Amino acid sequence: MAIVFARPRSLTDAPFHYCPGCTHGIVHRLVAEVIDELGIQEKTIGIAPVGCAVFAYNYFDCDMHEAAHGRAPAVATGIKRVLPDRAVFTYQGDGDLASIGTAEIVHAATRGEQITTIFINNAIYGMTGGQMAPTTLPGQVTTTSPYGRDTAVAGHPVRVCEMLATLTGAAHIERVSVHDVPHIVKAKKAIKKAFTCQLEGKGFSLVEVLSTCPSNWGMTPLEALDWVRDTMIPYYPLGVMKEVG
Amino acid sequence: MEKVLMKGNEAIGEAAIQAGCRYFFGYPITPQNELPAYMARRLPQEGGVFVQAESEISAINMVYGAAGSGARVMTSSSSPGISLKQEGISYIAGAELPCVIVNIMRGGPGLGGIQPGQADYFQATKGGGHGDYHPIVLAPSTIQELADLVMEGFDLADDYRNPVMVLGDGMLGQMMEPVSFGGYQSRTPSPKDWAATGKTADREPNIINSLFIDPQELEDRVLHIYEKYEAIKEKEIQYETYHCEDAQIIIAAYGTMARVVKNVIGRAAAEGIKVGLIRPITLWPFPYDVFTDWAARDHVKAFLSVEMSMGQMVEDVRLGVNGQKPVYFYGRTGGMVPEPEAILAEIKKIAGGE
Repeated sequence: MAIVFARPRSLTDAPFHYCPGCTHGIVHRLVAEVIDELGIQEKTIGIAPVGCAVFAYNYFDCDMHEAAHGRAPAVATGIKRVLPDRAVFTYQGDGDLASIGTAEIVHAATRGEQITTIFINNAIYGMTGGQMAPTTLPGQVTTTSPYGRDTAVAGHPVRVCEMLATLTGAAHIERVSVHDVPHIVKAKKAIKKAFTCQLEGKGFSLVEVLSTCPSNWGMTPLEALDWVRDTMIPYYPLGVMKEVG
Repeated sequence: MEKVLMKGNEAIGEAAIQAGCRYFFGYPITPQNELPAYMARRLPQEGGVFVQAESEISAINMVYGAAGSGARVMTSSSSPGISLKQEGISYIAGAELPCVIVNIMRGGPGLGGIQPGQADYFQATKGGGHGDYHPIVLAPSTIQELADLVMEGFDLADDYRNPVMVLGDGMLGQMMEPVSFGGYQSRTPSPKDWAATGKTADREPNIINSLFIDPQELEDRVLHIYEKYEAIKEKEIQYETYHCEDAQIIIAAYGTMARVVKNVIGRAAAEGIKVGLIRPITLWPFPYDVFTDWAARDHVKAFLSVEMSMGQMVEDVRLGVNGQKPVYFYGRTGGMVPEPEAILAEIKKIAGGE
């Protein structure tokens, strides 16, 4: 009997710890499928963040580093400078990348570090229980914006892709979503393009993935997918923000 | 062996290169700027990489990544910058990564000043960052010793998979002395089969990590690290004794301060007071037993710790002396260096029974 569907080789068989309806699992799978398809499992080194994906090193079947909160792009820089022929990727959430780690991501991008960043934007701090993130939308209720994010007090959400696309060292910057199957297919293409960009030595690549957090949003998984489509995408438009040929 | 006249900061750089270090990640801060500049010039010539990071925090995390990739790697900074690196140093210790961190100390706290100080002793020797760990702390007092200890530091870091801190001060970093390289012969590190260099088909993934959610697993990791510390305490303690044999008073001083004290010992002898020096070279592990042994001798009446701080190493001196003899302290801080006359005056006070 032919096998038509299997776990990607670049994922271990450890069960994900993610909440029901969370899209981290989908994105992990997409990254692993891309690593498999590019045939780079043996030369891939990943960096796990602090946040819900902190255990990513248990799920990706490749060599991994666990970084301090926000520091993954700096750790990736150290790795890539020592091992320039490896494929190095960071997997980071919005608190990690867009708040505590802004300096690291901006400077890795502007140096044109030959690394790939998978940036999960779910507009909230998941692991710590639903605090306001730099990407939390205006009016969005979180435990630290209990009356809704008031931009007069808490400022405005950060559009990371648009910001990084201004930097010369950034070679491929794209925002995707995983709220339905057609978008998941597009997301995978973007991730593959980002890894390919690195393998071709074009510079820094980042794919921002709009994702769900039903547990902390207080929604069912299906409501959460709709919220990405109806509320997040209007603020965070999808598409390629920068591409170096 | 050929001697060259070099600034301390530059000698550190050359020693690191001689020890096989090919990766340096730094950030500007006075008084250590000649070191990153030296590495920026020399590393490309040696096929290495120099990156000026966006912050000390990023620099130490680049060190984490490079060390986890199996490289000999170094960073340097001065007091306020070393405070910023403490998060990363704790992760490096927790993940058992070898690296060398140089602190060319200046006065503190806060932004402090840019003149030499020794007020980071607690931070360096007692951990600095969060959690149960110690860096191995090496405290040279001449440029030659600085170069030798930097080279040895890379070996110690690899032997024990633990961060090594070379603790100098602005005086040592800025002054010039003749130095030769090759007095210390660097060892080739044993294969780093734990490094995350890409998972080959014949092994499980290598994971560089300090996160252990299961408390028993975390305790096991820490106990493992502390087993190594016992071995380090047994094998790696270094110190110098100077004129202790018939000393009435033994001074404890390290680094730059010990140089001043050696000068004072001659002047005290001329005035009929026998003074000796114990100079810890490893500040962690600290040579407690050496102090215990000398304190037990009848001819030794008192100890005096002289520091460019408000009194930090003196606490370890007291632990070593363990109540057998009185322990006094004299120090200046904020970039002020104890003058020989002032130290001599302290010696006379103690000798006079005041």
